[in-house]
Amino acid sequence: MSDNIYKPYMMEIENIVEETPDVRTFRLKFKNADDAEKFSFKAGQFGEYSVFGEGESTFCVASSPTRKNYIECTFRKAGRVTNALANLEPGDTVGFRGPYGNTFPIEQWEGKNLLYIAGGIALPPMRCVIWNTIDLREKYKDITIVYGARSVSDLVYKHELKEWEERPDIKLITTVDPGGQTPDWKGEIGFVPMVLEKVAPSSENTIAILCGPPVMIKFTMPVLKKLGFQDKDIFTTLENRMKCGFGKCGRCNVGKVFVCKDGPVFSYEQILSLPAEY
Amino acid sequence: METTRKIIRKQSLEKLYKLLSETRKVNAPVIAADKQVEYKYNPAFADITFDHIRSTLSVKNIVFPKVENLFLYTNSKTESTITDIDLNKIPDVVLWGAHPCDTAAFDILSSIFCRDSKDEFYSRRLEKLVVIGLSCHMSDEYCFCTSVGLAPDSSKGSDILLKRLQNNDYKVDILTEKGNKIVSSSPELFEPFTGEEVIVTEVKHKFSHEQVTAKLAGAFEHPFWVANSLRCIGCGACAYVCPTCACFDIQDETRGKNGKRYRSWDSCGFGLFTLHTSGHNPREVQSQRWRQRIMHKFSYMPERNETLGCVGCGRCSSGCPVDMNIAEQLVALQNL
Repeated sequence: MSDNIYKPYMMEIENIVEETPDVRTFRLKFKNADDAEKFSFKAGQFGEYSVFGEGESTFCVASSPTRKNYIECTFRKAGRVTNALANLEPGDTVGFRGPYGNTFPIEQWEGKNLLYIAGGIALPPMRCVIWNTIDLREKYKDITIVYGARSVSDLVYKHELKEWEERPDIKLITTVDPGGQTPDWKGEIGFVPMVLEKVAPSSENTIAILCGPPVMIKFTMPVLKKLGFQDKDIFTTLENRMKCGFGKCGRCNVGKVFVCKDGPVFSYEQILSLPAEY
Repeated sequence: METTRKIIRKQSLEKLYKLLSETRKVNAPVIAADKQVEYKYNPAFADITFDHIRSTLSVKNIVFPKVENLFLYTNSKTESTITDIDLNKIPDVVLWGAHPCDTAAFDILSSIFCRDSKDEFYSRRLEKLVVIGLSCHMSDEYCFCTSVGLAPDSSKGSDILLKRLQNNDYKVDILTEKGNKIVSSSPELFEPFTGEEVIVTEVKHKFSHEQVTAKLAGAFEHPFWVANSLRCIGCGACAYVCPTCACFDIQDETRGKNGKRYRSWDSCGFGLFTLHTSGHNPREVQSQRWRQRIMHKFSYMPERNETLGCVGCGRCSSGCPVDMNIAEQLVALQNL
């Protein structure tokens, strides 16, 4: 990279997966082999993805650092940039700056059980750490994934859900909101917090990693507390509007903490120390 | 380097200005047609004011332009290209006659732009800048530099600091190598300093910034913020005129196939500043934004950047269309 910290890498879209009608996953390859060689990241970090002429948008890297030579991102068509991204095709160019932010402390989790809880479009920011720990499977004990969406069609990574479901070393529980099921739906029906309470995973030697819409977090936290999880053993990844990604543009702070520098990964213990302004 | 002191006569000051403006861009304050003080590049010496309290805008534009291209691009779906901005073209600039509050702002801006990842756009401009400060012999009710650890004759941020003498000549404090280079290239313009008395205005001490910072640590949920921001119209003028406000936006602008990605000044006072695409806004009402502004400058920055985010220039108050006075609010916060 040049000295210009705002200059993105040029990436080529290698592959596009239509996850749901409005959610896409892009697999991106560096156009410049030298960039690809030098680039590295860790689970939990994010980047700024751009369509030239439309601007930049912030998403976590959704692929695992154990999968080399590409990065993936998953986004919902929502605003100007994501709509422009959604109009692109394989072979097209996007810009990427990153990686930015801190990482999930997966080394500290070795020898522990992992409980992933995600709602809707919040699975993508957790997919990186999920695959990262699955690819290092022998380092962790039980891996449980609880994933819910409004309806069956809103579930992202359907092919991977199937893979996780079939693996004997991963326990996957999927659920959809009441009314969101299809006639052949075999998963749970109900909101994530209720399903979690029903499944009741043990908090013993377990780290919970949680990401979802605010309402899901709000009702899931009491369940985790009831199951005996301590604040320091619960992790989440926050999002806030960002422009630069490295602590200069001034908009993603929550109190004195910058989500782009000090986050996006926070323990619940850290979250409780922040002012409620996120 | 150790500060050396000299004297420059008014007529030699004009010669110095002319010498400097022959080879560099010199940014100096003039009184515009509407009586507002503004900085201009290479104005006639006769138009430069030495008797102003504050310019309407600060001088941060020199190192952090209102709008600045980050790179240019050509916009084709598969073959987009990026062209860097040539930072070697950044000119040598002399900032002439800026007051100590404005010059002190450079260290604060550097604490944002040069921390962790270094912003070359800012730092290269700062490297090319020589600052000739002018201590204040006038002040008004909006000034509060003495409450934020500065003074009307602070040398912070200046390479050379001029101080008015009784007979309208100037004492010259030479503070840095950059400043010394200018003085030593025209030694005939300077005379020895022999202890003449300088005229410096008195700026009333209004509050203790240490006490404000201590009070803010527990004031996040205080009703103060709502009560004191009801009249804020969220216009962003305070951030626009502020010498230390550094928040910016990044946008793309395309014409045909060619475009530019640029950054531009932004303000935490705007509702759009933190608005998520989902519609969620962490700071959805004005009181939260006003709190952010004060907290950032007097609580978050002291902790993160080891500096206050305020130089006490008073522009945000003198320029506020609804007369919100930050110094009055900081006094009230101190006494909460």
